[in-house]
Amino acid sequence: MEPTNLAELSGNIATVGYGLAAIGPGIGIGIVVGKTIESIARQPELSGKLQVTMWLGIAFTEALALIGLATYFIFTA
Amino acid sequence: MADEVRSSSHHLNSRERHALRPKQETALLANAVNMLVGVTSSGDGEFHPPTIMEFFPPAILFEGTPFELNRIMLVRLIAVAAMLVLFWLGTRKMTIIPGRGQSIVEMLLDFIRINVAEELLGKKDGKRFVPILATIFFMILAMNITGVIPFLNIAGTSVIGVPVVLAIVSYVVFIYAGVKKNGGNFFKLALFPSGVPKAFYILITPIEFLSTFILRPVTLTLRLLMNMVAGHILLVLCFSATWFFFVNADGLMALFGVPTLAFGLIFTLFEILVAVLQAYIFTLLTAVYIQLAISEEH
Repeated sequence: MEPTNLAELSGNIATVGYGLAAIGPGIGIGIVVGKTIESIARQPELSGKLQVTMWLGIAFTEALALIGLATYFIFTA
Repeated sequence: MADEVRSSSHHLNSRERHALRPKQETALLANAVNMLVGVTSSGDGEFHPPTIMEFFPPAILFEGTPFELNRIMLVRLIAVAAMLVLFWLGTRKMTIIPGRGQSIVEMLLDFIRINVAEELLGKKDGKRFVPILATIFFMILAMNITGVIPFLNIAGTSVIGVPVVLAIVSYVVFIYAGVKKNGGNFFKLALFPSGVPKAFYILITPIEFLSTFILRPVTLTLRLLMNMVAGHILLVLCFSATWFFFVNADGLMALFGVPTLAFGLIFTLFEILVAVLQAYIFTLLTAVYIQLAISEEH
């Protein structure tokens, strides 16, 4: 009797890795932007400075997710 | 077995296509969209998701020599040429009351000078570093924006060469700025921050070294490269799926092409935003690194 496969997954586990790598930065960017919006609501006159800081914060946070994306290509090559 | 099923469904699908006239028109439309995006979909009735080979197209000119040109290299050269021509046109006849072209160019340059250089580095140091910051900004902007321009369709920065060169330039510039300001002290200040108990240097110095001298250029490169790679792959995925649904899918499945086409168009707009934003962030980070290097005198 042949064994039957009810569910089968194929492909590379690295794709799941990117999903995991995106969780942290996703939450992080949410916090960065949310807090900036809060601060702008409190002090609208500082919005220019706050936005520059926000983009910097996003750039640093986002780097983690992008390193996750890069590892997929590095380890499947 | 699987091949048989596939070929019979393909057969059915092509017969259906001949029976329906309006569908042919949608196929033509999809074809036009496809040509715009430059997706090479071989017509075997299967869906081919984009792979990393998108970024390594075959050589066009000078194959086998060190000057080998492929599509992406050509796109980079076109981007540089376009940038030069635009700036030449904008600054050709400079007048005190600027005309339309001149005022656009002045606005762009002022953005870098006032919002990036002078805001972060102050008036005096800002003036020194404006040329390199503006060059970095406009080079990245020109090469990023080619990712959404029809017929070019790939960002010049989506292969590691350009991001790595720009990151090295930024690295050299901020170390130069620091050494010029503080001499050899720059490295001491960067690696051994003051106000820390001596014993903690065992922990802090390796971390500072890693984050300042290794991770900075690496993240600069990866941030730009991966944003462009991911953007291009998303666009190709959307438009090749649209092509697949309109041309190869049978019956009502073809309707799935409508949302994928819409997503593709929305992502095109998003990519324009990303192109400008990444150029801005790269420039901003370079300015911040220079600022940190020249202000370290605590």
